[in-house]
Amino acid sequence: MQTLVSGIAVGSSYALMGLAMVIIYKTSEVINFAQGEMALLSVFLTYMVLEYYHFPFYVAFPSALAFALLLGFFLEFAVLRRAKEPNVLGMIIITIGLEMILMGFVSWKFGAEPKTMRFPLSPYDSLSLGEIFVSSLEALTFVVALTLMAVLFLFLRYSKLGIAMKATQQNKMAARLMGIRTNRILMITWGISSLVGCTAGLLIAPTIMQPYMMWDPMLKGFAAAVLGGMTSLPGSVFGAYIIGVVENLFGGYVSIEFKSAVAFFIIVLVLCIKPSGLFARHYVKKV
Amino acid sequence: MDMKRDYYEDVRLFGSKVVLFWFLVLIAFLGFFPFLFRNYYVYLANYMAINVLVAIGLNLLVGYTGQISLGHAGFFAIGAYGTITLMTSAHLPFLVALVLAAIGAALLGFLLGLPALRLEGPYLSIATLGFGLTITQVIGRIGFFGGRQGLHAPELTIFSWHLDSDRDFYYLLITITVILTLVARNLVKTKVGRAFIAIRDADIAAETLGVNIMLYKTLAFAVSAFYTGLAGGLYAFVLRFIEPQIFSLLMSIIFLAMVVVGGLGSLFGSIAGACLLSWLDLELRNILSIPYLGGWLEALSKSYFSITGVSNIQLIIYGSIMVSIMLFEPLGIYGIWIRTKLYWKTWPF
Repeated sequence: MQTLVSGIAVGSSYALMGLAMVIIYKTSEVINFAQGEMALLSVFLTYMVLEYYHFPFYVAFPSALAFALLLGFFLEFAVLRRAKEPNVLGMIIITIGLEMILMGFVSWKFGAEPKTMRFPLSPYDSLSLGEIFVSSLEALTFVVALTLMAVLFLFLRYSKLGIAMKATQQNKMAARLMGIRTNRILMITWGISSLVGCTAGLLIAPTIMQPYMMWDPMLKGFAAAVLGGMTSLPGSVFGAYIIGVVENLFGGYVSIEFKSAVAFFIIVLVLCIKPSGLFARHYVKKV
Repeated sequence: MDMKRDYYEDVRLFGSKVVLFWFLVLIAFLGFFPFLFRNYYVYLANYMAINVLVAIGLNLLVGYTGQISLGHAGFFAIGAYGTITLMTSAHLPFLVALVLAAIGAALLGFLLGLPALRLEGPYLSIATLGFGLTITQVIGRIGFFGGRQGLHAPELTIFSWHLDSDRDFYYLLITITVILTLVARNLVKTKVGRAFIAIRDADIAAETLGVNIMLYKTLAFAVSAFYTGLAGGLYAFVLRFIEPQIFSLLMSIIFLAMVVVGGLGSLFGSIAGACLLSWLDLELRNILSIPYLGGWLEALSKSYFSITGVSNIQLIIYGSIMVSIMLFEPLGIYGIWIRTKLYWKTWPF
């Protein structure tokens, strides 16, 4: 039972990254490999603001989120929009390139040694629910992940902007003709996604803080998003919990050594049976 | 451009006598290379040759068949570990072990190709990525493969030829690379290559015209894995020591970067991209000793950045190259070459 709960706790941070990737994929069909490093940059800047300039939390965290939003806007506007022949492979290459630039920049600036991030909640004090122990940070991550999922889901379904995003994804030309500024929509998408990613980064930072900290959540989040079908927000959260739980159960009962390999093995198996993930309708190509 | 009049002109290995002439000049240059340059450059050439093999293999898959792979470090690792363990445990001679390991990689490539038949885009990239990560993880945890400590390459002897310096190894490596490059060129010029390209451009149309998609997609994965596995086996003897951490996701990404920087769907591009990025890789490892730039970077790092993280400039440069190639010249170095050629052909118009 304890392993199950800590699996869900780990799954929450994967879920946040998965959500961030799904938002971008839903609107623009770009797989954003730079997601983790965009969050990384925001987190390290928060660290700098907190440690070097001694700003309080209520200034540092909102400004981090605002910075993340602007970073998302900027990357879409300055790089992604300029691509000459956008195709799937080209976009993957561009985001991988961005990822390397951001990663190199952060590790050049801060070095590779681990740091400790101050945070209002300590990751070490725990709540106990009966016989199960959950750290308060894990509980917070869980709540944030579910809230963000619900908010984004409602936002995409009912708000004007959300509907415009859906229209952009379904048919860019038609959306344009209906008076939607598709370029601006894409920019906003990147901003929101970067915001969600930054939230994930801030929640991960108290436990582990070094330039490689976002690799694992990003890959697992991507895996979760694929498992959930890459276009479905609840799907990606559900996928993240599956991965987190299976990983922890496997680590607890079978072998701790192959823990992180098992997630990808499951994905390959699931994709063999359902090639578009668990929750997406199967995509049929028209000829 | 001169017109092609029959089928055999199209499938010829060398387009014209001029191309054949330059090819022979290149072979002669490669033959005399170790006598002309310092030992460091011979090592660099070895490193380049291995990356050329991988880039060609990966280009057959990504550039010609249009299937993305983020897991080629896995095949590379299988080649490297397979060759060494077959030599030390089964006492096979080097060439046999190398080919067997590469065939092993090709079999795994075939297996990976089976789920790839139904996947595309993000689904395929996560499947291959997972494959690469899993292979590294598994190899790193098995004691038989040396675990985290890694393995040392044994002494290298072919029949009675004892290869103990970079110079000796260079000749073996260059021979293999040239032969395999010609094989790849032959492959893409004939029926198989045209089937690959047809699958990339329009798979459903290809299938209706009678291209066996199942056969050719898995074949593309297998051939690509064979090249990469072979390169991995040779790489083990360039490094003389292998450990699982080398074969990381970053390695797969850099392989992909070579193909993209060189130009998708062009063998010449793969060779150029692999050479450029391997040269950059070795040069940037000690970035602070580059004349002029090094001192400036050191001062910059000390005052604004951290001196311990200075090697990460390499990542920034790689990333910038990848992004700018995709933004400004999607065909890579090959695209630049084509444009220059056209410009001078029609000059001054």
